[in-house]
Amino acid sequence: MSLKKRRFKYLGESLIEGNIKITATFAIVVVFLIFIFIMRESLPIFFNGEVRQEITFGKLFKGTAWQPVSDNPRFSLWPIILGSLKVTLIALFFAVPVAIGAALYSSEFAGRRLKEFIKPAVELLAGIPSVVLGFFALMVMASFLKNIFGWEIRLNAVNAGIALGFAVIPSIYSLAEDAINAVPRSFREAALGLGASPWQTAVKVVLPAALPGVSAAVLFGMGRAVGETMVVLMAAGNAPLFSFNPLNSTRTMTATIAAELGEVVFGSGHYHALFFIGLVLFLVTFVINMTSWALFDGLMSKLYGSKK
Amino acid sequence: MTNKMNLRNIKDKLKIGLTGSAVLLILAILTIILGTVIIGGYKSISWEFLTQAPTEGMTKGGIFPAIFGMVFSLLLMLIAVVPVGVATAVYLHEYAQPGFILTKLIRGAVNNLAGVPSIVFGLFGLGFFIQFIGGGLDRSLGQAGLFGQPCILWASLTLALMNLPMIIVATEEALRAIPQAERAGALALGATKWQSIRHVVLPQAIPGILTGVVLVISRGAGEVAPIMFTGAAYYLPYLPKLPTEQFMTLGYHIFVMTTQSPDIDATVPIAMGATLVLLALTFSLNIIAIIIRSRTRSQLRKGR
Repeated sequence: MSLKKRRFKYLGESLIEGNIKITATFAIVVVFLIFIFIMRESLPIFFNGEVRQEITFGKLFKGTAWQPVSDNPRFSLWPIILGSLKVTLIALFFAVPVAIGAALYSSEFAGRRLKEFIKPAVELLAGIPSVVLGFFALMVMASFLKNIFGWEIRLNAVNAGIALGFAVIPSIYSLAEDAINAVPRSFREAALGLGASPWQTAVKVVLPAALPGVSAAVLFGMGRAVGETMVVLMAAGNAPLFSFNPLNSTRTMTATIAAELGEVVFGSGHYHALFFIGLVLFLVTFVINMTSWALFDGLMSKLYGSKK
Repeated sequence: MTNKMNLRNIKDKLKIGLTGSAVLLILAILTIILGTVIIGGYKSISWEFLTQAPTEGMTKGGIFPAIFGMVFSLLLMLIAVVPVGVATAVYLHEYAQPGFILTKLIRGAVNNLAGVPSIVFGLFGLGFFIQFIGGGLDRSLGQAGLFGQPCILWASLTLALMNLPMIIVATEEALRAIPQAERAGALALGATKWQSIRHVVLPQAIPGILTGVVLVISRGAGEVAPIMFTGAAYYLPYLPKLPTEQFMTLGYHIFVMTTQSPDIDATVPIAMGATLVLLALTFSLNIIAIIIRSRTRSQLRKGR
């Protein structure tokens, strides 16, 4: 090969590598852009005089009423923050035991055949679109539960929370299973060799060893639950009440954006308030997810030494 | 002593059974949802339902425009997300040094992107694509309302951003499964790095990439929150021809038919039918993904 040709070849190589590298940084750019643009649309609450006549940062945390479209609009975030908390806690209360129990069963007690059946089943559950879960909770589950438990209000936080639980079970399951599987086999052999029963081994040795990963899984599910929109929009009754009663209708932060952004006057205080809710959601899920990943990474380096 | 042991055994079995019942509960949830949708929806399904537009104020007729719009937007989404996702994964696995700060940043960004709530993507699509990019394009072209409004293009790009992590993760997993010796072999025969990637590594990663593509289609088909404000329409009397038009889509149609309907008794059967179609689509896509994955896994096992 002539020198010229070879030089050309290497030039091509570095061009390709450069292009791939630039493309790869795209993910970073997107995260930044999301943050900047959500920020840009929520900042007028702090700085724009005209907007501040209608809404200020202080007003977002004063009182307990979210009534953005009325003669005397009120923008208290408390009812929808409470709504998000309520629904998320109910979802986790339901989903965490189921997901972790199933993860423990499939990695510790199930045979290989059964295991290869459980995983795809969970993946199928993960594949159900949230609008379908919302539809199911709204049209079928709500009436069913109302009849059984004699609820006064058909669409409430418990109904939405359970449906939301369906949505987060697969997330918690898969991360928890990864964590439990990562525990070295020698741990189990040692415990069994000392006379522990399979159950004792699973619960007193394997689960504690995987605990950071299992907590990461719960946090991961929590992030999912806080950010999920369609299920809560359809199944929670869509009323921003400030109520601690889980059997009342409720409205989450995500559902508020989804329900109101379509009809909001562009550039109004209400419009910027909705973006501010988005900003809060972005930051909250960011912190939850980063904590979750840090915990999971910590577990992996603890079990496999510091190399990654 | 033996009695005690037996008792412990039985207690243990019961506790194990309890965790097993968690698995059963998951299967039950799956079956019940699938069952209700099939039983409630199959009566609505007919050739006309799948091929005709809604009529009489959406209380009768079919869902064809919603299927058409969904396919349209998913195609655009794939064109945007697959090249970027595959390139990012190739960079992360083939070129990047693990400890390098850029590598860590990209990984952090991908993880973070995967956790951003879907409705926040919707807000972003509205603020960035429609108002900033679209509005900017309109101003510089001296037109009003061509790009600066909700349309298929912006909805698809929003979906693409949302699904980027999924393609990256699937591709990287596929790349990880390819033995290092394959790369070394290509390089030893005089191939350049890119040649080895292009002709040796990527062809073997295709099943894995395909799994990612299938899952992304499935997820994109069902997502409603990111597109409600970036392009999806309640109802359109015509099929969209250009990416700059609005579109109807299946997931949003289900939402509209169940929550915004003026005549709920007439629209619930349509919503049930639409849900059955959507669920059938996402289920078959997920099953395809599961089959591809288990095949490649067993091939890998044989290869070793």
